Amino acid sequence: MMIDLTETTTGAIIDALRQARLRLGGVASGMVLTLVIVTDEGEQYDAVRSATVAARQHPCRILVVIIRRPKDRSRLDAEIRVGETAPGETVLLRMYGPLAQHADSVVTPLLLPDTPVVTWWPGMPPLVPAEDPMGTLAQRRITDAAAADAPEDTLIKLAAGYHPGDTDLSWTRATPWRSLLAATLDQPSGLITGGTVRAEAGNPTADLIAAWLSHTLGVPVATEPSGGPGITEVSFGTSDGEMSISRPDGRVAHLCRPGQPERRVALHRRDTTELLDEEFRRLDPDDVYAETLAQLRPQLTAPMI
Amino acid sequence: MIVNPLRDPRDRRIPRVAGPSVLILFGVTGDLSRKKLMPAVYDLANRGLLPPGFSLVGFARRDWEHEDFAQVTYQAVKEHARTPFNDTVWQQLSEGIRFVPGEFADDAAFDHLARTVAQLDEERGTSGNYAFYLSVPPKFFPEVVAQLKRSGLSDPQPGPDGRKPWRRVVIEKPFGHDLASARELNEIVNSVFAPDSVFRIDHYLGKETVQNILALRFANTMYEPIWNRGYVDHVQITMAEDIGIGGRAGYYDGIGAARDVIQNHLMQLLALTAMEEPVSFDAASLRAEKEKVLSAIRLPEDMATGTARGQYAAGWQGGLEVPGYLEEDGIAPDSHTETYAAIRLTVDTRRWGGVPFYLRTGKRLPRRMTEIALLFQRAPHLPFSATDTKELGQNAFVIRVQPDEGVTVRFGSKVPGSAMEVRDVNMDFAYGESFTENSPEAYERLLLDVLIGDPPLFPRHREVELSWEVLDPIEQFWAEHGKPEQYPAGSAGPPSAEALMARDGRAWRRL
Repeated sequence: MMIDLTETTTGAIIDALRQARLRLGGVASGMVLTLVIVTDEGEQYDAVRSATVAARQHPCRILVVIIRRPKDRSRLDAEIRVGETAPGETVLLRMYGPLAQHADSVVTPLLLPDTPVVTWWPGMPPLVPAEDPMGTLAQRRITDAAAADAPEDTLIKLAAGYHPGDTDLSWTRATPWRSLLAATLDQPSGLITGGTVRAEAGNPTADLIAAWLSHTLGVPVATEPSGGPGITEVSFGTSDGEMSISRPDGRVAHLCRPGQPERRVALHRRDTTELLDEEFRRLDPDDVYAETLAQLRPQLTAPMI
Repeated sequence: MIVNPLRDPRDRRIPRVAGPSVLILFGVTGDLSRKKLMPAVYDLANRGLLPPGFSLVGFARRDWEHEDFAQVTYQAVKEHARTPFNDTVWQQLSEGIRFVPGEFADDAAFDHLARTVAQLDEERGTSGNYAFYLSVPPKFFPEVVAQLKRSGLSDPQPGPDGRKPWRRVVIEKPFGHDLASARELNEIVNSVFAPDSVFRIDHYLGKETVQNILALRFANTMYEPIWNRGYVDHVQITMAEDIGIGGRAGYYDGIGAARDVIQNHLMQLLALTAMEEPVSFDAASLRAEKEKVLSAIRLPEDMATGTARGQYAAGWQGGLEVPGYLEEDGIAPDSHTETYAAIRLTVDTRRWGGVPFYLRTGKRLPRRMTEIALLFQRAPHLPFSATDTKELGQNAFVIRVQPDEGVTVRFGSKVPGSAMEVRDVNMDFAYGESFTENSPEAYERLLLDVLIGDPPLFPRHREVELSWEVLDPIEQFWAEHGKPEQYPAGSAGPPSAEALMARDGRAWRRL
């Protein structure tokens, strides 16, 4: 069911949600989190769509904060969707005028009690998410450096402003690669002396993988541009020869180790829904990400000096 | 074990992935293979949990080529896989699918199998690690196991790097039909495979709800204080099925409900419910606690009143007229096999002294349902009048294993209005609401554990023996005392089961 409220207040939204829930027979039980999406009119459709699909695995209340015409007089419009495609509830909050500066006063009363809050910026993120009014509400703050104007630069700025609980989808995108790399090193291999990550230019995930490898293995790991798509190869120099995982087509990875037959495995690129799904699974601070970011800063800034 | 610097216990994003290996499936034409195992293999591959080069080899008495078996697998995956179908994943998986035709008595077929897996090691880099899944009736075990030994398949040779590959064997219930046969079966398997490499699958232990019993009990503080004889009146563990024996006459007749379900599933559920807290969650500690509690189980003093059994008669079940057990195809008209069994056990420990555990299972009952229910004692004093609390029952804590996986807590609450009236209400946690679509199938979890070599969810031989020690005297008593009582299909079981509870002043929970 969809309910449109124009020039409304939080109280009226809460009442409407309660009414809708009663009419649908109490569907609101079992919601596990509140997701706040900070976005604009242009990108809200895709963001809400991804979040709604992810909500099938993690039923949640989705609050979409959309800032409209800052010069108008203050006004709040709400669009409520309950029981449409996902088990939870979605509320699009359009804020006009000076109200946009006080979005937290609208969002706070709408947060579900007793459950965690996650804030997601699908586009350009604030530089210190934890200090943003929408970020202080949440214990988990999801940014996406790859969606910003200068991805690598944005990631470095986010690293400088890191607080426990921050995470970035470019780190989430690294998981299948990291998983395959970890599985590869489960098997005995020679002493690793160094590595290279090849990816499309301006791919923050490649920087994170390189930083992670160099931090955990204690060897230099470089990044090199390639034609893509995404990350195309991770290779290691070892005392036994070169070992590599390459993925030229964005679908199938080829694992080559010295003296062994080539092995292949599907390694597909994931959509935003799958990334959000992974993020929602754990809401505690990601220490490994924090350490990788710390490693990333000197590594990325070094060539500029 | 080599230390992998990329594996950090704090890094919860990276899943456990199986190492290079081949899964060799015996009995590929069975229902279990098609509906559970093949889809589980695909789902694991789709979730990125299978290693590069992973291969699947089928062995059966069929005149098939590799492509035919790949096609059968493809159909099974399309129909039964849990995760969406992805063509790239399937392509990678299907490149590693092989088929070896033959009979278990045929030496040449097993030599062919040995050559096939050796070739996979070379072509796909599976490193000589083999898991044999015996999805065949136990009567074939001696032959298959002997063939694996003769052909050298069970005997790993060190590779060029000096490391010895692993061999694992997976067997399904029934693990024998009594203590003696369980031991015999175990000796056959252990004559070729070390005890650590034998994985007995009880798919109940792979279910999320069953693993959640441990989380619920040992990760929280609010249940443990009341999880004992001081508060619990009795425990009911039920596995009800709405179906009959279907096409399983050959397997089921002579086995019966108690051996088929109570000996493995219900005993494991009882052990997880009643055991003490393990010192850690490794396989050895978990097993130690389970074995302790299984060895503390006591049988009813009088078997005649402490057990009940039944056989479904013709009747109406779920809107269909269905035949009785004795009229099913392949069942002798004078069969004494029970399709319903209920027993009353006690657990002689300080925690549970005097608390009865009622176990029941049956076929052709009103609906399919498995649950563990702890019924609590009534409050020793109620400051309300008797009429106010007329509708107040016993508090209950119910773990719903399937379907509608979750937990229900039942307690009294005031009915709105001017009178102080108290009535039972339910508080509900449903897995499907808090974690939707996310639960892997039991077989996914268990297959992955086999390939990784992680044993906590697999019962060991000692546990199997201890459960047979409980069941053998009951089976013996039943064999000597007449035949099971008839109950109409679609009813809740035989009258003797109701009487068993009534004698204790209790009643079964409604099915």
